[in-house]
Amino acid sequence: MVQSVEQPSQIQASLFVTCIVDQLYPRVGVSAVRVLRRLGVAVDFPADQTCCGQPLYNSGFTRQARRLAERTLRSFEESQYVVVPSGSCAAMLRVFYRELFAGYPEWEVAVERLADRVYEFSEFLVKVVGVTDVGATYPATATYHSGCHLLRELEVREEPVQLLKQVSELELSPLPQADTCCGFGGTFSVKYPHISEGMLEDKIGNVRATGAGTLVSCDMSCLMHIGGGLSRQGNPVAVRHIAEILDDQALDGSISDG
Amino acid sequence: MAEIKTGEFMSASREAMQNPTLRQALRQVGGGFSEARLDAINEVGADVWEEWREEARRIKTHTLDHLDYYLEMLYDNVTRSGGQVHFAGDANQANEIVAEIARSRQVKLATKSKSMVSEELDLNRALAANGVEVFETDLGEYIIQLAEETPSHLVAPALHKTKEQVSELFHQKLGVPRTDDIEEMARVARATLRQKFLQADLGISGANFLVAETGALVIITNEGNGRLCTSAPRIHIGITGMEKVIPSMQDLAVFLRLLPRSATGQRLTSYVSMVTGPRRSEDEDGPEEFHLVLVDNGRSRLLADPDLREALYCIRCGACLNICPVYRKIGGHAYGWVYPGPIGAVVSPMLVGLKQAKDLPQASSLCGACREVCPIKINIPRMLLHLRHKLAESPDEAEKSASGAEGLAARGYTWLMSNPAALAAAGKLGRVAQKPFAGKGKIEKLPLPLVSQWSAARDLPALPGRTFREIWSQELRTELLSQPRISEPLTEMQPPNLPNASEVEDGAPGDPAAKD
Repeated sequence: MVQSVEQPSQIQASLFVTCIVDQLYPRVGVSAVRVLRRLGVAVDFPADQTCCGQPLYNSGFTRQARRLAERTLRSFEESQYVVVPSGSCAAMLRVFYRELFAGYPEWEVAVERLADRVYEFSEFLVKVVGVTDVGATYPATATYHSGCHLLRELEVREEPVQLLKQVSELELSPLPQADTCCGFGGTFSVKYPHISEGMLEDKIGNVRATGAGTLVSCDMSCLMHIGGGLSRQGNPVAVRHIAEILDDQALDGSISDG
Repeated sequence: MAEIKTGEFMSASREAMQNPTLRQALRQVGGGFSEARLDAINEVGADVWEEWREEARRIKTHTLDHLDYYLEMLYDNVTRSGGQVHFAGDANQANEIVAEIARSRQVKLATKSKSMVSEELDLNRALAANGVEVFETDLGEYIIQLAEETPSHLVAPALHKTKEQVSELFHQKLGVPRTDDIEEMARVARATLRQKFLQADLGISGANFLVAETGALVIITNEGNGRLCTSAPRIHIGITGMEKVIPSMQDLAVFLRLLPRSATGQRLTSYVSMVTGPRRSEDEDGPEEFHLVLVDNGRSRLLADPDLREALYCIRCGACLNICPVYRKIGGHAYGWVYPGPIGAVVSPMLVGLKQAKDLPQASSLCGACREVCPIKINIPRMLLHLRHKLAESPDEAEKSASGAEGLAARGYTWLMSNPAALAAAGKLGRVAQKPFAGKGKIEKLPLPLVSQWSAARDLPALPGRTFREIWSQELRTELLSQPRISEPLTEMQPPNLPNASEVEDGAPGDPAAKD
């Protein structure tokens, strides 16, 4: 088991839980907090946080997106680090806020300060906490799906795999065409459901081809989409956020490190 | 101008997805072109490739920032070499310029090398109306001309056709026996077209690049038809967009490395033809007249918009189409105009009018694969977002065309997300309201607009008993920071009306969470 290391100055991280985890998958947020705390990170949760504004930004409603972004910037003004259990929402905070506030010099400092401090969960563990082995055990055969924003906006490619490779009893099977979008794309999936379904069909085919029983990702939005398709087809592949895999307490509910 | 069917995107894309031969044809796009491209990049090495992309982007940025200067230089040098330059503001003007040249020189037969701009203008129809018979000489273009269709891909215009369909087409239109031998089909086309090359009065070509410092028109092909079109007939008209100009021959080098590798994975195409003016006295062959028609047709709108200008950097390699998961599902015709795929979703709305092409920038999951493969590093997703912004909030009412319901939903969402108390109340309401629909932690059907479309093929997760913020304030917050202990096991933290993980996941074998 990993011991919480005594550090001269403890890492302080604020969790930006994301609206999808808050409302639909709170267990992912709980796992993220537990993993971080077990690694000695002090975690807080600014209670006035809501949505990063990405659904509005992607639909072209930039004025309204900016309102939610301003709110988010204020919520995390004091944070040493901001940890996000989603590549897509982390990309919104780090990359797209710069676009959103281009031409708004009064926000420039706040936007840059946030961009420097915000990390996707797995990226934070590897780059800031400096661990790849969190001491977790997860007896399963799994395949890893990378969200497009995590891959192409944050360029986080290896970190989640490094973490998963260190999980005891977890066998990783590579996903064919791993770089291809699953077809979620937020409002895209409701505006163009037929195209989205076609893309999902391909993704499910590739997941099944791995023979894995568990599909892991750093984004619950992709997993809601792929998992929703798998479940509708009666396919027994389980979908798990990487925090759930790394938090082996989620397995049986026991306190494994006391 | 070519017929605009961008408004039919929804029905056209639905039909495309149900077309089994199209699906079969499209399956080869991802594999063939994209893999060949990757091999070609691996051969030169990622670092070198990146340097080339940066250089090409620098050249394009510079040229388009000083477009008037380079167009003037090009004009001077084409004129100096004995050619004539014509500027066309729109499609009608461009077609009229070409038609007037044909009329005044009694042209009856023209051969044409592949040109997307001529497709954009619907030049063949304009010439036919003036009594000129035009023969497409690129094999793919020849096929779709016979089939009376339009290109479905920037590089491979007949990509949507299977070889069986081509065999049937040749049988019907040319009276040759059906065959499944592709080389035999190519031989038939070559025999037919060879006669036309010799008879044509006029050769029409596009241009991949125009070199300002020499006045050269550069085309790259694999079939040699471009060279025949530009050298055999007595008149050659090159017709292209005004953004195709680059400053110098030295600049050309990097594009000749990037374009074939990005398009087909070739190190170099079979033919690279450079045409500078008409035949000179010492030349053995070549046209007596050379005309260059430079077309605007909406390009200045792109040039004038700093957020969209980089769409003009495109060298039409088609790599963004080949990688695009949406294009790979629906093919090129569903986009409804000449330029399909990710780059088409930016260019087409700006050339035909955003309001009648509003689906194109929306029909993308914004996955970013197009930007990753673009040899000029064009940030296509960013431009799609910019167009979505115009659709939603443009001060120009003619552009703004998001539905009232969308605007209302956006305002409602913003209000809800700006008021955590209201959000909490809405969450509580949702937890009650979902009860008739939620079973085993999932929702199979929800009678709400939009959501019902989603749930046609996918289950939705049911709202769990508590939100994360509730769990945080009730349990997680009170823990001592960083103490590696949790007050209660997770199972007890789950609300009574929420199924356990094992139930939610429906007993997944191989996943340990399902075993307890």
